[in-house]
Amino acid sequence: MPETLTPERQEATASHAGAGPAARLAARLSGSTLVWPVLALAALVVVNLVVHPDFLSVRVQDGDLYGNVIDILRNAAPVLLIGLGMTLVIATRGIDLSVGAVAAIAGAVACVSITGSSHESALSTAVVASSLALATCIALGLWNGFLVAVLGIQPIIATLVLMTAGRGIAMLITGGQITLVHNTHFDFLSSGFVLALPFAILLALALFAITGLLARRTALGMLIEAVGINPEASRLAGVRARTILWTVYAFSGLCAGLAGLMISANTSAADANNNGLWIELDAILAVVIGGTSLAGGRFSLVGTLVGALFIQTLKTTINVIGIPSEMNYLFKAIAVVAVCLLQSPKARALLTVRRRARVGTKAVAA
Amino acid sequence: MVANKFLVAASAIVLGSVALTGCGNSGSSGSKSGGTITMGFAQVGAESGWRTANTKSIQETAKKDGIKLKFSDAQQKQENQIKAIRSYIQQKVDVIAFSPVVETGWDAVLQEAKRAHIPVILTDRAVDSKDTSLYKTFLGSDFVKEGQKAGQWLLDNASTSDVNGDGKINVVEIEGTTGAAPAIDRKKGFEDTIASDSKIKVIASQTGDFTRDGGKQVMEAFLKSQKGIDVLFAHNDDEGLGAIEAIKAAGLTPGKDIKIITIDATHDGMTALSQGEINYIVECNPLLGPQLMDLAKKVVDGKSVPQRVVTEETAFDQAQATAALPTRQY
Repeated sequence: MPETLTPERQEATASHAGAGPAARLAARLSGSTLVWPVLALAALVVVNLVVHPDFLSVRVQDGDLYGNVIDILRNAAPVLLIGLGMTLVIATRGIDLSVGAVAAIAGAVACVSITGSSHESALSTAVVASSLALATCIALGLWNGFLVAVLGIQPIIATLVLMTAGRGIAMLITGGQITLVHNTHFDFLSSGFVLALPFAILLALALFAITGLLARRTALGMLIEAVGINPEASRLAGVRARTILWTVYAFSGLCAGLAGLMISANTSAADANNNGLWIELDAILAVVIGGTSLAGGRFSLVGTLVGALFIQTLKTTINVIGIPSEMNYLFKAIAVVAVCLLQSPKARALLTVRRRARVGTKAVAA
Repeated sequence: MVANKFLVAASAIVLGSVALTGCGNSGSSGSKSGGTITMGFAQVGAESGWRTANTKSIQETAKKDGIKLKFSDAQQKQENQIKAIRSYIQQKVDVIAFSPVVETGWDAVLQEAKRAHIPVILTDRAVDSKDTSLYKTFLGSDFVKEGQKAGQWLLDNASTSDVNGDGKINVVEIEGTTGAAPAIDRKKGFEDTIASDSKIKVIASQTGDFTRDGGKQVMEAFLKSQKGIDVLFAHNDDEGLGAIEAIKAAGLTPGKDIKIITIDATHDGMTALSQGEINYIVECNPLLGPQLMDLAKKVVDGKSVPQRVVTEETAFDQAQATAALPTRQY
């Protein structure tokens, strides 16, 4: 890949020539978009450790791992899943606001299907119900894709339709009631453990790995970026922009469906009003914190993973260090603003200029 | 100028029709005392099991008492409720009852009802209006008292509530939606009551948004960050039920290793109580039907009613829950 010689890069290469490996590493790290969210996550963990020194401790409870870290991993799974779908959608310069409502529909379809079955606690019932829910969600994703790719409606409006209507649909399915299910196989989606680790995060990570392989080891990722950077140019270059758009929205629907099943399984209930409420905002936040640009084009799946973990750790922190309920949102906002400032190129440039100025005076003194 | 004239004409027509409606209704209301009463009821929606039970109670009691009920579901939107109330005014019902979705913004439509001489009864939730003449009475739960009842049970059972025997009763509290009246009042009622026993202390308090998922996540964190939790007080059954799952996952037995008090007494909560997973539930009664119809008859007959009527409510321990469960309607 030919190096684009921007002035910054020239300067960076020049400064690398004389510096040691440690300095080179530091320079590379500070240039990476990932370093700031990772640092923010680490800072949060440190805050927790100061208040509760045993925050990171993990013990074995009934053969499974048990501790704050495990909770964070387990509860981060839905946001991670939805963030995964959202990353690809955002990379095409789109956005999917309907994911929370789609998650609620997934829970509603699955729970109503389970309670309506003659063998409520059977494994086959859970599998059939979950498949039905996922199929519904893919169909809903395709609907979004149709609005965006075929009718050319702006993504934010197209998905707003389902965001508004979706909870109504979920309520119709459940009849406005919180539908309770008694099926341990279904609960396993959220509360189950495999090899002492929560099944939910393993499932989310598996999908993460598959998506990563598809996006980075095949041309798919490049095509998605191409559509995001310039749909018209990519179409003229022979990229089937329309197919790509359908695919990412359907995939986002699938991810939202899977997350909805986990949320629903977490309490063995479908609550059309509250399941997945505002999770679309958490997911978008996770994507942005991870360094993916809302303007489309570049995307970072690992960034989304870190972003999802950051958001869940933030939620757990509020409970662990005992922030008063009234201050919850303020605390969250401050933490998020801090991360965004760290990530902003301008804010960082300001920081770099100061540091460089200091280094410069030192050199003169020597 | 043309527009102005049109406005004047239009408002004259509106005023005229309002005056006519008023006359028509006041003329007929005298003869109503013996005949059937027509009630217009504007419900919030069907957002929870509690609300569904509330609706069912009102519809069934109306049928039983021979009151003609016009019912509308606002789907949690104030504009729908206002539309429904306006249509009731046009239909000249004898009495209007509704559970306001939000506290403010009702003065105009209530003013219209007042001008049409149709009495209004608020159920379950209050409105925030300086003009108390806009409605006859407010029928609903006393959330502070619910919190007090929960606190009183803990005071009465303090001797058995120190589960880990360290001489202190450590309480964790899972609050309702921040800023919601039930959450504020239940917290106040509970914490004021337990203040009389220095051994009992709330060591952590956090919102669980009245949901199961919220209750579960908050309890998970409490279990890891707080030492020696003896008692959990959750502002509704759903939060408590979510917390029970977190307690089980920690290898503890809910109801024994941690005593649990909740509010609402929904069917799921009562089932958990009868199984010993919850220790005490304070009822928040949705079955307002009988009291509402009673008030409606009095209001239509022109009898005076108190400005505030508190719902008849009780509380349950395990034995009472087991006894009440088979006939529980919600």
